[in-house]
Amino acid sequence: MFLSDLVEETYMALVANKARSALTILGIVIGIASVIAMVAIGQGAKGNVEASVESIGSNLILIMPGAARGIGFQASAGRGSAQTLTQADADAIAAANVAKAVAPDLTRRYQVTAPGTNTNTSVIGTVSSYPEVRNVAIDQGSFITDQDVEGVNRVAVLGPTTRDDLFGTGADAIGQTIRINKVNFRVVGVTQSKGGSGFNNADDVIYIPISAAQRYLAGDAYVSTISIEAPSQAAMSDVQQQVTSLLLARHQISNPANADFSVLNQSDLVATASSVTNTFTVLLAAIAGISLLVGGIGIMNMMLTTVTERTREIGLRKAIGAQRQDITYQFLMEAVALTFSGGAFGILLGWLLSFVVTHFTSLPSAISLSSVLLAFGVSVAIGIAFGYYPALRASRLNPIDALRHE
Amino acid sequence: MIETKNITKTYENTGEKIPVLKGVSFHIEDGEFVAIMGPSGSGKSTLMHILGALDIPTTGQYLLDGKDVSHLDEQELAKVRRERIGYVFQSFNLLPRATVLRNVMLPMVYSGVENPEREERAVKALESAGLAKEYHTHYSNQLSGGQMQRVAIARALVNNPSLILADEPTGNLDTKTGEIVLATFQALNKAGHTIVLITHERDVALHAQRIIHIRDGEIVKEERT
Repeated sequence: MFLSDLVEETYMALVANKARSALTILGIVIGIASVIAMVAIGQGAKGNVEASVESIGSNLILIMPGAARGIGFQASAGRGSAQTLTQADADAIAAANVAKAVAPDLTRRYQVTAPGTNTNTSVIGTVSSYPEVRNVAIDQGSFITDQDVEGVNRVAVLGPTTRDDLFGTGADAIGQTIRINKVNFRVVGVTQSKGGSGFNNADDVIYIPISAAQRYLAGDAYVSTISIEAPSQAAMSDVQQQVTSLLLARHQISNPANADFSVLNQSDLVATASSVTNTFTVLLAAIAGISLLVGGIGIMNMMLTTVTERTREIGLRKAIGAQRQDITYQFLMEAVALTFSGGAFGILLGWLLSFVVTHFTSLPSAISLSSVLLAFGVSVAIGIAFGYYPALRASRLNPIDALRHE
Repeated sequence: MIETKNITKTYENTGEKIPVLKGVSFHIEDGEFVAIMGPSGSGKSTLMHILGALDIPTTGQYLLDGKDVSHLDEQELAKVRRERIGYVFQSFNLLPRATVLRNVMLPMVYSGVENPEREERAVKALESAGLAKEYHTHYSNQLSGGQMQRVAIARALVNNPSLILADEPTGNLDTKTGEIVLATFQALNKAGHTIVLITHERDVALHAQRIIHIRDGEIVKEERT
């Protein structure tokens, strides 16, 4: 039997039962489409999370107070957390000259008011190197200067969201006065948007000199984070090690397991975020996979019906000399053709679905070539897996009985 | 040349052995037209299955063109059917949604004949079976019973078999159409084809040159017409 004959037979058989073929294909279309769409959304979310982690800086090492409890974020920036890092620690790290830049900050949430409005936002007390370390760009005015930190000036740089909240969207805030925790600050700059939304909006912040935050707001000399920029990606673990031993020595701790601070580097953050979104993607794909399985069972059901209906035809084919394998291939080919076309339509529909989801929600999506190839592979595999048993049954029919079948 | 030597076939049903053929021996020369006649239950269908290489005898020998085909496995039997046997069934067994030409070409799908030879041979076979050219592109379910049976005959001819085996070929046809189909067989026989016709009707059997009567699994009589 030539391949061209096989293809022709398959085409004729599927076209003969258009409605049934179409409905069976639909099961696979839905299965493949949901897998494609779910993976695309999962991958998009992963890309989004990774991008937002990247946006906090490059070659970044974060030192936070409190003991390390494995990889991951800790609720350490809020009130009531351990206060073990001081301005002196930050100065010592800067003096050690291992990092490209060091930027301590003291971050807490305060009620902030402007004439007629008020908001509750993060107030980051920091120094002039912060924009470099944490990828903050100035839109209008200027950032906090060394003179501001030395002079304990009550100046503030607003994030674009905070500016919009306090003064109205796009308003000119430079020179205006705001009150943070009942202390007046003069607005000297507005930063560019970093994107992001929800709880961790990097645009809903106010930057003030760290000295002012310590004196007027917190009333102590502790810092909540020390951000360090390593000179290069390769130097990160080296810098991390030196900073850790420096701080251990300063805090007079001999056993690193008892450290009263934790050191995070950015690749840890990326890895953590990626593993979370990967789990999420796998979960979504698994749920979608179940519908693919149901579609496969639909294929098997249809093929079994077809074999029963065409028992006489199978008998005839055997009587005129078809071998077992000719019959097996014929029915297997039909099943694979169903799932293959289902896969093709499914990829189109999945692409459309993820496009629609991205268009109407803020969830990004990314269709990868690998997921398309995988979907094709899976749909063909389903055709073979679920078509094999019916095809085998057809090929094992006894021609004498098959010819007598009514 | 076809030769059967003491063929028996026994079926086993819940431990009980039912003999269907009890030692059948006969001889059919190349170019003969032989009818095997018997009432239902005589074992003629079982005999036809063995002659058609769809089944093998329990004991005895079946020689087709001098080759013993009584102990072949499934794969080898399929090869014999493909190369040496042409079937014509009572109920035609055409593929309904395929054209006449396609139906006739079907055996060549399995015997590996390629186009354009495939189509040439199909057209020639249809000519021998006496179906007019205008019907070649018709779908087989648009034809009359007599036309369908002639398509089936063409399909049996197309691989140029040693033996054409017709199982009650007129059973689903009216007398007049049946006559036309039987005349087609006679014409094919004149052209040199060996034909074995299985029937329970004497009128049909009389179209052959020789009649082998079978009853209760045994040959009871042979007659020349």
